[in-house]
Amino acid sequence: MAAARSDTASRRLWKFHGGLHLAENKAQSVTQPLRPAALPKRLILPLQQHIGESAQPLVQVGQRVLKGEMLARPQGYISAPIHAPSSGVVAAIGELPVPHPSGLEGLCIVIETDGEDRWGRLPDAIEAFEKCAPEVLRERVRSAGVVGLGGAAFPSSVKLNPGPDHPIHTLILNGAECEPYITCDQMLMREQPERVVSGAHVLLHALGADRCLIGVEDNKPEAIQALKRAVAAAGVASLEVVAVPTLYPSGGEKQLIQILTGEEVPRHGIPAQIGYVCHNVGTAAAIADAVLQGTPLVSRIVTVTGEGVREAQNLEVLIGTPISELIAECGGYTPEVSRLILGGPMMGFALHTDQVPITKAANCVFAASLREAPAPDPAAPCIRCGECARVCPANLLPQQLYWYARAKDLDKVQDYSLFDCIECGCCSYVCPSHIPLVQYYRFAKAESWAREQERSKSDHARQRHQARLQRLERLEKERKARLRRRKEDLDKAPSTERSSEQTKQAAIRAAIERAKAKKAAQPVQPRNVDTLTPEQREQIANVEARRRGGDRRADTAGREE
Amino acid sequence: MLSAVIAISALALTFGLLLGYSAIRFRVEGDPVVDRIDALLPQTQCGQCGFAGCRPYAQAIAQGEAEINRCPPGGETTIIGLADLLGRDVVPLDAERGEEKPKAVAVIDEQVCIGCTLCIQACPVDAILGAAKSMHTVIASECTGCELCLPPCPVDCIHMTPVEQDIAHWKWPFPDAASGGVIAAREVH
Ligand code: SF4
Ligand code: SF4
Ligand code: SF4
Repeated sequence: MAAARSDTASRRLWKFHGGLHLAENKAQSVTQPLRPAALPKRLILPLQQHIGESAQPLVQVGQRVLKGEMLARPQGYISAPIHAPSSGVVAAIGELPVPHPSGLEGLCIVIETDGEDRWGRLPDAIEAFEKCAPEVLRERVRSAGVVGLGGAAFPSSVKLNPGPDHPIHTLILNGAECEPYITCDQMLMREQPERVVSGAHVLLHALGADRCLIGVEDNKPEAIQALKRAVAAAGVASLEVVAVPTLYPSGGEKQLIQILTGEEVPRHGIPAQIGYVCHNVGTAAAIADAVLQGTPLVSRIVTVTGEGVREAQNLEVLIGTPISELIAECGGYTPEVSRLILGGPMMGFALHTDQVPITKAANCVFAASLREAPAPDPAAPCIRCGECARVCPANLLPQQLYWYARAKDLDKVQDYSLFDCIECGCCSYVCPSHIPLVQYYRFAKAESWAREQERSKSDHARQRHQARLQRLERLEKERKARLRRRKEDLDKAPSTERSSEQTKQAAIRAAIERAKAKKAAQPVQPRNVDTLTPEQREQIANVEARRRGGDRRADTAGREE
Repeated sequence: MLSAVIAISALALTFGLLLGYSAIRFRVEGDPVVDRIDALLPQTQCGQCGFAGCRPYAQAIAQGEAEINRCPPGGETTIIGLADLLGRDVVPLDAERGEEKPKAVAVIDEQVCIGCTLCIQACPVDAILGAAKSMHTVIASECTGCELCLPPCPVDCIHMTPVEQDIAHWKWPFPDAASGGVIAAREVH
């Protein structure tokens, strides 16, 4: 198939189901060498840049911070900290637009940079990582805030801890980068292959795995050559760079594992169940920095591309850099720009504004022209052609999923393995009826999650309601029992005359008690009033007035009842 | 031959005893159909269905006395769930019962509250905190949004506030049927 370009002779490769050959459009952004982007005046750091619990701020507005200092700490196991990408002052902590398909705002820490870019104290480098316990390496990866840089942003330390039930034999590094237009991993592998190889080394040790396969699509020959040279220089036999045929979406975790090993990750399962762990090459490089240099994740490589921007290229960007500044640095927009997409054309989402920052997950800013991202065609009914099922890399039945998602039948979509859909977009791409299939699956997934949450909320409400009913029942029983007792007491009393005398006396006693209590309550001496300001006095007067008003209203309410 | 007969009879006896015992020991209390219907109802306990809460409505459905489209808070999701469970057709929500509204919680205006405790008595899930002649407040995380506390309040100080949309609770919307296709770049060479 793609054999002409691949040098796969050395190793047997397998094929996953379906897939698409797409126009690559990668050449535009690899003409210029990788370089750091300029230091922006303001860095905007969303507290939620990863999957899991959002981070909790450790700094206050006005506080001076140094580069690499932790700004927010992880909350819970699946979470990640956020570090200052440059030195400066915390200018604000508040709601700002963040890169999210909803276009909603999220809590962010804003840093006004001072231009010095001065590093703070970093944890010591762990050069002899081979002598370190895996827990120590995991903790380092966690405290460095490393998350999956391929786009998923899942905290990497969690993936390094598959647990005693899942021994890992093979580490897979994902350098496939199958999505059109995106070239950030390609640039990394081409220009800094040593970082990837060191990362592989650290990961092998942290996982206790025997070997590492680095899978790269064969449309990136320079990257493959550079990696091979770096592997040879490092002189480790357990590392192997494997060119895989170019076929979208070979960079899907399960797909890449299947291509390289022929093994299939079980449905609803994770690779660790069959002894594999897969990390993106960019993540591996970030892990190398965290362990071997002590530097936290404060920057990443971002592809800026599309016909909507003047100079497509890759830049090393500080996390938090506003996308508008990145575009300006690439020569600004062209007149053709029609849509700004974060991520690639297949799996990315449209941004509502360019004022949002680059986050850890942002691999590509795609300023698309109308030609590159045409307005969607109107959808027609499904003709059951089966094209979607033919291309689905997860081997699902997209037309059935669509049918049930459209009917909002959340149980049935799950029977058809909705959650194994990787949202690659192959089905929507080939559908002759232009049905936005993936949007239906996203909708159905979101609804299923929400339903799960609502179920647990309503279970809780049911318990509270039942507890209340039981309490009311008990109170009612007690009241009845009291009445019965009183009636029995009355019946037992020898003469009604005396008993009425008794009640009368009791009533008088009670009245006296009440009067006494009222008297005691009246001269309440206000306390702590010696050193009050006039405003405080006024406040107290207001409260007193309201209290009197309230009493009156309460009385009326009582009477009305 | 004989040993086989004995063995099989012994087995049959053991299993018979075991089954008999478990039938008594693990007997399911209550009505499983009602439970399963009740599990699909939102437990708002608002009474809009015309019954004294979700469970009574579940009982009525189980006995075939009520249609499955009487619960406005559950809306379409609940109707589809019930239709699936009971093998009935999906029907639109009974408009007389009310309409599906966005989620809201009750908030007490604490400046105005007179501490009459009437709302506490109305709340089906004990989500209101307060005591006589003291300011009352709603525990937002427990409030089901049933609105039962609004009518009894003598000073009209309880208001329903829509639950604010944030990223954590945002959901992908149902696709716009008119516009199809992917964002994806088509073949551009
Ligand atoms: S490709 Fe489109 S029209 Fe064909 S079966 Fe799938 S959903 Fe239906
Ligand atoms: S988006 Fe989901 S259903 Fe469609 S082809 Fe990809 S994995 Fe299959
Ligand atoms: S309308 Fe729905 S939420 Fe309200 S009581 Fe009836 S079943 Fe429960």
